[in-house]
Amino acid sequence: MVTRLKETDAVVIGIGWTGSILALELAKAGLNVVGLERGAARRPDKDFATPEIRDELTYAVRQKLVQDPAVETFTMRHESGETALPIRRFGAFLPGMGLGGAGTIWNGLTWRFLPFDHQLRSRIEARYGKSAIPVDMTIADWQMSYDELEPFYERFEKLCGTSGKAGNLRGTRIDGGNIFEGPRQSDYPNRPLTQSQAGALFERAAKSLGYHPYPTPASTISAAYTNPEGAVMGACEYCGHCDRFGCAVNAKASPNASVLPILLQDRHFTLRADSFVTQIVYDKASRKATAVRYVDMNTGQEFEQPAGLIALCSYTFSNTRLMLLSGIGTPYDPQTMTGAVGKNYCYQVTAPQHLFFADEEINPFMATGAHAMNIDDFNGDNFDHEGLGFFGGALIFAGPTHGRPIMGRALPPGTPRWGRAWKQATAQWYNHSFSIHASGASYAHRGNYLDLDPTYRDRLGRPLLRMTYNFRDNDRKLSAYVAEKASGLAKAMNPTVMGPAQPRRGDFDVAPYQSTHNTGGTIMGADPKTSVVNRYLQSWDADNLFILGASVFPQNPAHPPTGAVGALAYWAAQAITTRYLKSPGKLVSA
Amino acid sequence: MTDGGATLTAAEAAFLVAAADTIIPADELSPSGSQCGVVDFIDRELAGPYGQGVRLYRDGPIVKGKKEHGYQLGLAPRDFFRIGIEAADDWTRATYQKNFAELDEAGRQAALTAMETGKAAFENFNAREFFEALIAIVMEGFFADPIHGGNRDGAGWKMVGYPGLPADYRATIEPNRGKRLDIVPRGIADRR
Repeated sequence: MVTRLKETDAVVIGIGWTGSILALELAKAGLNVVGLERGAARRPDKDFATPEIRDELTYAVRQKLVQDPAVETFTMRHESGETALPIRRFGAFLPGMGLGGAGTIWNGLTWRFLPFDHQLRSRIEARYGKSAIPVDMTIADWQMSYDELEPFYERFEKLCGTSGKAGNLRGTRIDGGNIFEGPRQSDYPNRPLTQSQAGALFERAAKSLGYHPYPTPASTISAAYTNPEGAVMGACEYCGHCDRFGCAVNAKASPNASVLPILLQDRHFTLRADSFVTQIVYDKASRKATAVRYVDMNTGQEFEQPAGLIALCSYTFSNTRLMLLSGIGTPYDPQTMTGAVGKNYCYQVTAPQHLFFADEEINPFMATGAHAMNIDDFNGDNFDHEGLGFFGGALIFAGPTHGRPIMGRALPPGTPRWGRAWKQATAQWYNHSFSIHASGASYAHRGNYLDLDPTYRDRLGRPLLRMTYNFRDNDRKLSAYVAEKASGLAKAMNPTVMGPAQPRRGDFDVAPYQSTHNTGGTIMGADPKTSVVNRYLQSWDADNLFILGASVFPQNPAHPPTGAVGALAYWAAQAITTRYLKSPGKLVSA
Repeated sequence: MTDGGATLTAAEAAFLVAAADTIIPADELSPSGSQCGVVDFIDRELAGPYGQGVRLYRDGPIVKGKKEHGYQLGLAPRDFFRIGIEAADDWTRATYQKNFAELDEAGRQAALTAMETGKAAFENFNAREFFEALIAIVMEGFFADPIHGGNRDGAGWKMVGYPGLPADYRATIEPNRGKRLDIVPRGIADRR
């Protein structure tokens, strides 16, 4: 028995970064907004308080704030034709659940993408020829240039109070920042964080090789800050409990710290937590999304909330899954390459290498999640790809994000994993090691996609999302190349012992943590046949449905995605409030 | 050694004491695993929500997957260790004519090595998968905040030099960059 509720102006599905940003902009525009969040209504003062929050076992190992796989998980197979099996415990990636979503438990990495990343296909074709891109590599241009998105990147950085150093201010390149970045109109809101010992070693080595090191743009911020919405943030304590944790001192920007204190006070906004959306009700004849159905997870009651405007703001996977469950748009078929929902699922191609320094005290526990030194010299198209056999590159960086001892105890190769020799090596190396990482781009491939699983179901009995994904030729070649460059940097740091470089060679494995940078499935594009949303993130199939989040990325660049996710939320919000609300209808004609 | 008893049977506790003390033997770096409360920790974890399989997707069909599919048994950790410990003791009895806990240290080391390397063939259970789960939960018990029952007196943290809580390094990160921070570790219970 579905209880039909009174119509509201707008429903926002998922109250993480994009949902909270959009809801606040809509509320400011005078709309009555209902926010539906499938998880609990967390409050930082209660749920992220010290000392309890700084508990590695509960939050990092048992993943208390991560999506609960017993409620909803995903299935994985490497190729079409195989049987997918459920991810029973999350490992490779950790989606969020609960008020704030993944934005509660992130590390605070707040990059902009390179201008190249925004025009990927046309830039590669212009430099390497029309036929340079393999047929199976289904990469596409973004629907807005870097310069068009620049003010919105800035707005998100100001919301977060991001710490960093500009490398390109209105076209002037600045040493010590990322000289490869697109031109910025303003510097970061806060100065860079205090450097770590590992960062200092990396910086020296990178300079010695002629590279251009710069500090991570960090939304674990260096000084107390009040953002433009009026939310008050504290200065980072370098406590080493960022990813998988909520921040006890409001120093890590998050929906909870940066938006919700304002949004929850707004009389135009109504939050309904523990409300798991099962379907967007779609009227194919009028091409409108008319309502959202959800289940109250405490009572089991089902509701239908009609709304004039519906915004799908959940995570990459749930955005795609809800479109498929609601029958909106055409599911992607890799055989015929028709349909668009579920297409271009991308990930991140990571390659870590452990380093050990007998004479350096690293103090890995004095860290934030966004605390590395980085180079972009091998990112994007910042180096010549002629003859390399792959496109794209990696962000190469070093600097611990934590020193939590259950999960952070790398040892030199060949060390026993238990017993007296293990104890001696662990005592010897714990404070003397860190890793260098190459976090590589993941370019879309015809055979990597998302659809509904035919067998496994979630707690409400609905099909799980199925991921068909593996590392492809471009990924493996890219990974081998950047891992070698990272190794060169590692050597220049002169470690006592160097662990082996670990480029991606085998198949995608769901167990070891790699990255929660999952993208695609409802991609933006210029053609309704090959994309799900237009340049304003408006559904091609329903004018009053907008889809926000990394699910709209046509592929995943090397830089972490959240800066662009936030920028796109402001970009869509502006199109909705200044154009769509005045004249509801298609914002782009196709 | 263990005040245990929340869920572990005497035989299971004996197995885990022997395993914890082989994985983390007493020496000048720390007391043994069980002396540090590792078995109490395991007892509490397996008796609680984790042991019952909360936050584990357990729906069938249960199918043996590739290695890259991760854990596919669907067993909650309490049942996993019940069956795994039984299978391990069956195997040591068949191989060495003794339960694991009754072996001398060299025997226990040989048995664990056989499980780690996949040379031990348990009946109806994957020895290597059992070993990985065993070493993981022993390490959790040695390094988790003492409030969970293990890492007694911060022994695991002292061994590596992890300072624990409050973990506020705003004032120390600059002056202590590259210098060892010698402080006695504190846990959650000390900071309340």
